[in-house]
Amino acid sequence: MGEQVKQKKNSKKQKRAVMRTAILAILVAAIGYTIYNSATAKDVSLLEVGDKAPDFALVDLEGNDHKLSDYEGQGVFLNFWGTWCKPCAKEMPAMDRQYEAFSNDGVQVLAVNIAQSDFEVQSFADQYGLSFPVVIDKTKSVMTAYNIRPLPTTVLVNPEGNIERIITGEMTEEDIEGFMEEIKPE
Amino acid sequence: MENLQCQCGHVNPPGTKLCESCGRSLTEKDQNSKLVDMRYEGTARRSQTYNKSIIDKIWNFFSSVKVGVSIIVVLLVAAAIGTILPQQAFVPATTETAIQEYYADTYGSIGRVYHFLGFHDLYSSYWFIALVGMLAISLVIASLDRFVPLYKSLKNQRVLRHPSFMDKQRIYAEGPGAEDTLQKAETKLKELKYNVRTDKNGLLAEKGRFSRWGPYVNHIGLIIFLFGVMLRMIPGFYIDESLWLREGETRAIPEVPGYYLESKNFELENYSGEGEEEVFGEALDRVGTVAKNYQTDVVLYQKPEDALPGADDSQEVVKEFPIRVNQPLKFDGYAIYQMDYRLDELKAMTFALTNKETEESLGELTIDLIDPEDIYELESGSTVELLGYYPDFSGFEDGEPQTATPLPNNPGFLVELTTPETPEGETSFITIQNTVEPLGENDYKLAFQSVETRDVSGLTVRKDSTLPILGLGGLIFMIGVAQGMYFNHRRFWIQQKADGTILLAGHTNKNWFGLKKDLDQVVEHASLPAYTDQQDEIDKAEKAEKEGEALS
Repeated sequence: MGEQVKQKKNSKKQKRAVMRTAILAILVAAIGYTIYNSATAKDVSLLEVGDKAPDFALVDLEGNDHKLSDYEGQGVFLNFWGTWCKPCAKEMPAMDRQYEAFSNDGVQVLAVNIAQSDFEVQSFADQYGLSFPVVIDKTKSVMTAYNIRPLPTTVLVNPEGNIERIITGEMTEEDIEGFMEEIKPE
Repeated sequence: MENLQCQCGHVNPPGTKLCESCGRSLTEKDQNSKLVDMRYEGTARRSQTYNKSIIDKIWNFFSSVKVGVSIIVVLLVAAAIGTILPQQAFVPATTETAIQEYYADTYGSIGRVYHFLGFHDLYSSYWFIALVGMLAISLVIASLDRFVPLYKSLKNQRVLRHPSFMDKQRIYAEGPGAEDTLQKAETKLKELKYNVRTDKNGLLAEKGRFSRWGPYVNHIGLIIFLFGVMLRMIPGFYIDESLWLREGETRAIPEVPGYYLESKNFELENYSGEGEEEVFGEALDRVGTVAKNYQTDVVLYQKPEDALPGADDSQEVVKEFPIRVNQPLKFDGYAIYQMDYRLDELKAMTFALTNKETEESLGELTIDLIDPEDIYELESGSTVELLGYYPDFSGFEDGEPQTATPLPNNPGFLVELTTPETPEGETSFITIQNTVEPLGENDYKLAFQSVETRDVSGLTVRKDSTLPILGLGGLIFMIGVAQGMYFNHRRFWIQQKADGTILLAGHTNKNWFGLKKDLDQVVEHASLPAYTDQQDEIDKAEKAEKEGEALS
C-alpha cells in the first residue's frame, strides 16, 4: 500500500463529497425556490411598492384625457372606487378636501371608477361635489393592469412615476393627508 | 468498514455481497444460503459504504428506499386528508381572513386546525411542497446510488465465474458434455440473439441488458414531470383566471395584456326531443332537461403594443369565435374555455307614462340598465328625468337609496315625471312592483311594460407553458416502464471443466418462463445436461415440510 493508493483514495473521497454537496445544493435550491414562489404566488402579479406604475389613459366626465405619464413630476393619488362601495363613498369628501389643500403643491387625485355607467358616476360626483377628475375604466383594463381586487384601493404614485404605497380599505382624513404629504414633490 | 478481499484475490468495496470479479459469496449468510441474491448484482450500494460527513449522512438518508416509500405514504395520507374539507378555491370567501373565518365558523375547531396546517390549500402549503421536493431528492439519490454500481458491475462483468456463484443461481445444471458442446451452445445462443463472449473454457451469453435501466429512465421521467410542476409556480408559466362576461360587454382579459374580449351572444340549447331528436324522447321524459350546447359567441380584439390600458385606441379584431364546451378560443398560447353561465340578467326595462286615473298612456320609454340616460323625452311633450339610479337597490340609509352591487339585480329609479298637465313635475321612486311617492300623491305613474335580459358567460382564461415538459416527463416515464416491464435481462454462464463436465447457470430479472424456453432450445441443440430450477425445488421442499407437519 503506497502513498499513491492513499492519495488516489483521498482525491476520490473529495470528488465524492463535492459531487454530493453539489447535487444536494441544486435540489434544495429548487425546492426552496418553489416554496418561495408558492408563498408569494397570490400577490405575484400584484404590483409592488417601488414598481413603475403602469401607464394608462382614461377619459373623465368632462371628456378630458388623463394619461398617468403626463403627471410625472407630480404625485398622483390614484383611487379605485365604485358607487356601491360604502367605504369608497365615505372617504370621498375627505379626499376632496385634502385635494383642495394639496392640488397647488403638485398632488393630483384621479378617482378611477370601475366600469359603471356615465349616469351613475356623474350623479355621484354631483352629489358629493367632487372637484378632482373622475375617470371611468369601461373595460376594466386599468383595474386588470393594476390587479385591483377589493374596493377601495388607493395607489400612491410618486413624482418619479413609481408606486410609493398601496392602500386597501377605507382611509381616514388624517391618513389621506399623510399620504398626500408622502407623494408631494420636493 | 474495511475492504473485502475475496479468495480469488480481488479487493471489493465494503458492503459488497458477491465478489465483483469471480462471483463468490462474501458474507457468511450468503455463503450458507442455497441461492444468491442477485439484486444489483450483489454490489455495494454506494451510500452504504461511507457514512462520515453530514453530507454523507443526508445522502444516505435519502438513498434509502424505505425513506422514499415513507415519503410517498405521508404524501398520500396528506392528500387524502385534503379531500375531507373543501379546498379554499371552492369556499365562498375570497380574502385571506374571510377564508380563515369560514373554516372556523363552518367546521369549528377542526376547521381552524385544518386551516392552520394548510390543508385548505394543500398543494400550495409549504410543507406539502417540501415533501414533494424530498421525494424528488430521494428519487435522484436512490437512483444514482443504485444505477452507478449496477452499471459498472454489468459493464465489467467477467465471463468466468466461480463454481460457487454458478451453483447458487436459480437455473443450474451440472453434467457430462461433449467436446463441441460449448461451440454448439454458442451458435444456438447467437441464433437466439444473445451477445456471447468466451474466455478460455467458458462463455457468457447475455440479452436485453437495457431492461435493467428501465427503473432509472422511469425516475428521470418523474423528475422532469416534477420540474414541470415546479415551473407552474413561476409567474408567466401558468395562468388560470376566470372572467364573467355579459352579452354586449367588452372586457380586458385578465393576465393577458393587450387583448380584449366582447361577448356577442350566449346560448344554452337543450335537447327538444322533437324531430330528429325524437329518439331521445324517452330518456328526456325520464331525466328532464338535458343541455345540448353551451356557447358564447365572442370577438377577440387586440390593441397595438404601445397602446395604454384604458385608451380608446384603434383596437383590431383578431378573431370571431363561438366558444363551446371543450372548444376553447385559442390564441397566442392562451385558451379561453366556456365554464359557467347565468341566464337572464336584467338589461333594460320599458315603462309607460300613465295617468293613474284614466289609465291613459302618454308614451313609452326604455331605460337601459347598463347605461341609463339623464332624460327621456316622450312624443306627447312629456319628459321623464332620471334623478337617481340604484342598480341593486338594498334599502334606504339616512333617506338615501343604496345599491348593494353594480349589477342590475333589483333596479331602483328616482324619477321626475313632467307632463303638459303637471309642468312642475312629480317625483316618484320606482322599484320592481313597488312605487313610492315621497313628495305627495302624484297624478301620473310609470307603469311597467316589459323587460329585456341578457346572459352572462363564465369563462376561464388558461395558459400552461409547462404542458410540453409534463408531456415529455410522462413519455419518458412510460418508456422506462415499458423498458423494465416488457424486456428481460437474460444471462447464461457455461463452463466446461478439464474433465469435460459442463457447468451451466442462468439468470433473468423477470420472466423465468421465457428464460427456460430459450434454454430448452440450447440444451436440445448442444446436448447440455438437464437443468433444474432450484427455486422450484426449495418451494416444493417447503411445501412438503408443511404438509408433513400438518399430517403429524
